Amino acid sequence: MTALRPAHRVAFGGLALGLVYLLPIPGSGQLVYAQAAPRGKATYDKWCAECHGENGAGDGSAATSMLPRPRDFTKGVYQIRTTASGELPTDADIRRVIDEGMPGTAMPGWTARLTSRERDDLVVYLKSFSQFFSGPAPAAIAIGRAPRTSDAAVASGREAYTALECAKCHGEQGHGDGPSAPTLTDDFDQPIRAANLSASWNFNGGSSVEQIYTRLRTGLDGTPMPSFTDAVDANVVTDEQLWQVAQYVRSLSPREAPRVREVVRAALTDGALPASPDDSTWNVVERFWVPLVGQVIIKPRWFSPTIDGVWVQGIHDGRALALRLTWHDPSRSPDPAWNEWLERVAASMTTADGPNPTEQGSDRFVVQFPERITDDAEQPYFLGGDSRRPVYAWRWRSDSGAVSEVRGTGLGQFTPYESSSLTHAAVYDQGEWRLQITRSLVPADTTRAPVFATGRAIPIAFFAADGSNGEDDVRGSVSAWYAIFLDVPTPPRVYVAPAAAMLLTAGLGFMAVMRAQRRERTSRRSTTEETT
Amino acid sequence: MKRILIGGMVLSLGACGGSEEAGPEGGDAAAPAAQAAQAAGGGSVTGVVDFTGTAPVNPTIDMSEEAVCQRKYATAPTDPVVLVTDGKLANVVVYVKSGLPAGQSFPVPSTPAVIDQEGCLYHPRAMAVMAGQTIQIKNSDAVLHNIKAVPTKNRGFNISQPRAGMTTERSFTTEEVTVPLECSVHGWMHANVAVLSHPFFATTGPDGSFTITGLPAGTYEIEARHEELGTRTMSVSVPATGSASANFTFTGSTS
Repeated sequence: MTALRPAHRVAFGGLALGLVYLLPIPGSGQLVYAQAAPRGKATYDKWCAECHGENGAGDGSAATSMLPRPRDFTKGVYQIRTTASGELPTDADIRRVIDEGMPGTAMPGWTARLTSRERDDLVVYLKSFSQFFSGPAPAAIAIGRAPRTSDAAVASGREAYTALECAKCHGEQGHGDGPSAPTLTDDFDQPIRAANLSASWNFNGGSSVEQIYTRLRTGLDGTPMPSFTDAVDANVVTDEQLWQVAQYVRSLSPREAPRVREVVRAALTDGALPASPDDSTWNVVERFWVPLVGQVIIKPRWFSPTIDGVWVQGIHDGRALALRLTWHDPSRSPDPAWNEWLERVAASMTTADGPNPTEQGSDRFVVQFPERITDDAEQPYFLGGDSRRPVYAWRWRSDSGAVSEVRGTGLGQFTPYESSSLTHAAVYDQGEWRLQITRSLVPADTTRAPVFATGRAIPIAFFAADGSNGEDDVRGSVSAWYAIFLDVPTPPRVYVAPAAAMLLTAGLGFMAVMRAQRRERTSRRSTTEETT
Repeated sequence: MKRILIGGMVLSLGACGGSEEAGPEGGDAAAPAAQAAQAAGGGSVTGVVDFTGTAPVNPTIDMSEEAVCQRKYATAPTDPVVLVTDGKLANVVVYVKSGLPAGQSFPVPSTPAVIDQEGCLYHPRAMAVMAGQTIQIKNSDAVLHNIKAVPTKNRGFNISQPRAGMTTERSFTTEEVTVPLECSVHGWMHANVAVLSHPFFATTGPDGSFTITGLPAGTYEIEARHEELGTRTMSVSVPATGSASANFTFTGSTS
């Protein structure tokens, strides 16, 4: 063995020290616990108890405004594990959820807020809520490395997805709209969504192929998602096929989580504007992700919205602007298949703002602009404006299929105009709405609707509602103000100016040359005169 | 080094004693006691569970989303919550609730308890097993089922069975009356498993009858439990050999 250099020695020493710390020393477990648990409790009481409850039963004061509910730690049932179905999670599993949170739920990640030791202490304290953790430590199941993803593997994964009937809950396109989706409940009899597999950035437990495969193997305990380990053991599905399912599922989402940008760019086309939301032109128009959150300001507030974002695309031809809005919604409301879902949601959500809706309404979407686009920084109130600064909006409903132009002086206070200059079309396709709305850049009446000028940021905001989820009235999800920027047509001066500049330069150059030549001639003449 | 090894052994022995439902003071006393119980168990309890009054109407199940299952029924299937045939009540778990000698342990039945999924319903709807007894879960439907156990004292599980003919084996470690089983894919599917620390239980069939065998002589509290109608209990003296009778009656609405 070669001698260690000093730097290595230090590193090795540190490693050894770390190992000593990790090694179970007889009797030391109790000691470590005795110190960590009270520290964990202090952190827990400060940051966790409001949702998870003082005694870890998932019954904190904020719990009834959350779906899914905060975890009940007394049951010892954890969704995100590397252990078999029914097993306890490892410490690392619990720590990962504390670190990363549960995307798509109210549970945030805590790396920025809590120190590493505070999070370690929390793990110790959380485990103390359930007697199950007094047994032997659980072991993670062995997960190999993901095989290479290829088109063929993804295609085989699609076949296995169909054969295993994943679509029963997750839907044919993975939008969480399968026939069983409206009936799903968790261990606490609360309604729970089948995951939308086209939004991997919301996957609890991570979005890599390995992580998706791990969820397939372990299941998500406490939810309807079962483990497929027994099916592999029984040769009902091969391990390779299960990997391919994971690869297929991963392929349903963009490679990267969408980056939120402040400005939606509407490109200029010299061709025709798309005629419908499924026009192939849309395939080449850049799309922008705008996140939406529950409307929790104006009563009745809504804490459990279905729609968490919308893809916005814009294109114009110098005369009209076409917007396509694409969002995920597992139900085309109203749909009797979702009655059971609505009943459960109405029963489980807080009634602090009055009774929850028990009848399904329409799906709705609203696109807002300021009624007047001014140069000052002040925008209308993002929730429908107010009487001082009203909004001009496009309001669409799924039941009538109509879009109207409205004047808003507050959310829910929209006055439709008698006539509409909008053209629109909507498509509902297996858990996804695609809506196109088109309007001329210059409206018929510029006193009540803004001109969509090119080359400047035009404020734009969104509101969406899922009628099957009880989202009527002002219940739904909203965005803050974003901006849309219509690309500027290239003006004639862009072509004239360079030519003029060239001419000018050439002219000046010519003049300089002429003058120089004249001067030279003159001086030569005088020299001649001197010598003669 | 030796001391650490011995310490480890003591530790693991201690862990065994704590986790299993072995006898009260170590394994040595429990084994002969179990044998004794088996040898002495010549008594039995037999009876019938009657139902009087009007049985509640079982809800109709809309199986239209699962044509494979729906085809198995001539008329719209109902959720068999309360099954009464000629005044006899089925799906009642009858078991010894108390009276067994304290600390006595019993051998776990070697035959597995079988639960089948057929026509998108569980068969049987109600059953009892002994802690540690294998439960064999079968899928006889050519559809995806998932079997989800939602216990409180035991660890649960949630297993998918995507093919007809697939079987899975599980067991529960701790007495718990009762553990619900459900299928998330088919929200109407429910079953109940009573997990007991002894093998003295039976479940009524359509004729309402049951027999609990192998009991040592003694006086026992027998409980009859139905998932919807609740429980009835009765004290029964069982002879060393021969049968004692215990008949129970559940009552519906009297109108």
